[in-house]
Amino acid sequence: MSATFLGMPGDFPKNAARAVRDSQLRYNLRKATHTIRGKRAAVVGELPDWQELRAAGKAIKDETLRNLDRYLLRLEEAVIGAGGHVHWARDAAEANRIVAGLVRATGETEVVKVKSMATQEIGLNEALAAEGITAYETDLAELIVQLGDDFPSHILVPAIHRNRAEIREIFLTRMDGAPPGLTDEPAALAEAARLHLRERFLRSKVAVSGANFMIAETGTLVVLESEGNGRMCLTLPETLISVVGIEKLLPAWRDLEVFLQLLPRSSTGERMNPYTSMWTGAAEGQDFHLVLLDNGRTDVLADEVGRQALRCIRCSACLNVCPVYERAGGHAYGSVYPGPIGAILTPQLRGMETELDASLPYASSLCGACYEVCPVAIDIPEVLVDLRAKAPHGMAERAGMRVAGWILDDQARLARAQRAATRLRGLVPRRLPGPLSAWTDTRDLPEIPEEPFRDWWEREG
Amino acid sequence: MRVALFITCVNDTLFPRTGRAVVSLLRRLGCEVEFPAAQTCCGQMHVNTGYRAEGVRLARHFTEVFAGYDAVVAPSGSCAAMVREQYPRLVRPGSRGAVAVAEVAPKVHELSEFLVDVLEVDDVGAYFPHRVTYHPTCHSLRGLHLGDRPTRLLEKVRGLELVSLPAAQECCGFGGTFALKNPDVSAAMGADKARNVLDTGAEVLCAADNSCLMHIGGTLGRQKTGVRVMHLAEILASTEEGGTP
Repeated sequence: MSATFLGMPGDFPKNAARAVRDSQLRYNLRKATHTIRGKRAAVVGELPDWQELRAAGKAIKDETLRNLDRYLLRLEEAVIGAGGHVHWARDAAEANRIVAGLVRATGETEVVKVKSMATQEIGLNEALAAEGITAYETDLAELIVQLGDDFPSHILVPAIHRNRAEIREIFLTRMDGAPPGLTDEPAALAEAARLHLRERFLRSKVAVSGANFMIAETGTLVVLESEGNGRMCLTLPETLISVVGIEKLLPAWRDLEVFLQLLPRSSTGERMNPYTSMWTGAAEGQDFHLVLLDNGRTDVLADEVGRQALRCIRCSACLNVCPVYERAGGHAYGSVYPGPIGAILTPQLRGMETELDASLPYASSLCGACYEVCPVAIDIPEVLVDLRAKAPHGMAERAGMRVAGWILDDQARLARAQRAATRLRGLVPRRLPGPLSAWTDTRDLPEIPEEPFRDWWEREG
Repeated sequence: MRVALFITCVNDTLFPRTGRAVVSLLRRLGCEVEFPAAQTCCGQMHVNTGYRAEGVRLARHFTEVFAGYDAVVAPSGSCAAMVREQYPRLVRPGSRGAVAVAEVAPKVHELSEFLVDVLEVDDVGAYFPHRVTYHPTCHSLRGLHLGDRPTRLLEKVRGLELVSLPAAQECCGFGGTFALKNPDVSAAMGADKARNVLDTGAEVLCAADNSCLMHIGGTLGRQKTGVRVMHLAEILASTEEGGTP
């Protein structure tokens, strides 16, 4: 059973400091993020109309969000018309209750799962376990995370923090049917997982999935995946339950044309996605339930600046270019949504009551690399700065910033402060005390000049 | 041309040399330089750390001080980006503040922008016989989209050998108060940047922002590498007769 992020202690800087000291982790992350980053840049560079596609993606999502109520009702009507059932879940607890009830009604105690961020967000596996239902992840990386009793650390490649030697160890000790002579060759590891999973696919009567897109016009759900496990889960079981965030909507079938170009190129760096499954309502012989999940999304929608985060299509391009993510790793963010998008999504969905959640808007140097690669043009730095204004601030920092503001409010006060600094220039120690030691632990201080610029100007300018 | 120098609070207090270099360079190119003495700070530190009220006050002060000039030149990509990109978000549409921002913000130029786009020069007659590498700071690169303006200027400097910096577009890890709030990640980013600088074999690391140079330079200094950091203005102000006054 994979652990849940909720209630995780610490804050981002402390979590990140631990990760920075782990040289194996830093090597794994650097290698993986730079590889995907390079692949993405190459396939995005091929398209002469990438910026137009990006603008179209943004515009379609914005229009959908503006009329979300209307599109959701249209979707519900279309899904029901195609023989499916639609459930509305206000929050995680309600969604979990609905899914557990649906599984119980089948009489089954096992479900297979397609990789899904929404079900991780609500802690579905843990909620099902409490009801005596075992959920089996079938995405290879999610399987590694689940077997290792671990946390995912990346949206697209949740086991990015693991290397193949560690994966072999996890399979040998935790996976039923792992061959005793298993090597750490990627092909051998994949084959072992494949045989293990095949048995589950054939046995399971109930599957749980998320969706990348929902088409309001037709009631169609779309899942993009790379391993074929998703197709197995979506088609073999007798009951399919899909838990999907309400922002995953697209108005019309033709809108997919834009997103099926944006998503694979941005996420896996592929021109076309390997397995794209689409289904409308209940397929023959299958019972289909759609659980529409709010869980804080309507609050995000109400925020004029923050609502752009709902455009996110979970591609992970922002994680792969982020210099902070690369060094801190995904676990430091204490959420299923790590990286730059997590730093703006988690505080909006969960609030900023905990020390960890309040530290997330600061988990960025505001370098802007995330905004540049985002396929739906989410201005992540803009949202970060906006969230910082809403975040709780410590007393010492508040006092310091107030004094700095007071000095900078007036040229005479600024000049007096500068001259005072100049008089002290010989006395500044190499290492500063208190919070300023954060600077001098690894960096020299600049030398304080003999006079500020304004004094030189007054004399000689 | 009547040009107002926006020195920025960091340069005013810690790097007056850069200000003197801008003055000497712009005068050499025929500009009449003024220094509005009432100027203080653009408010970036406050806004980006979450203290919007203080930041808005400083932004209002900035728009008052710099109203009425043909052009405002700042030797900082970050502060210029603050005014041009972030000021419009701090004001209510249609308000007096919005009018003031719309009036002043487009006239604020980062130094290399002013030289290349407004004065239309790329050879400023500088002489600097050293091996130099250039770090395009994030707000210059992704905020102002300076592109190759700074390196075009450097390439025309006589005696200067410009070597390209590996992974140049990656953030150095300064990030304002980020350096204090997330010191471990900031230092790790700075160490990687410093290693890339050392790999070039350059004597001098140049950038358009002293705040980033303070961070990278502080790292290079602590490691006793001997690599100097210099603001773009100081290199462009150097001539056969000497450097910055």
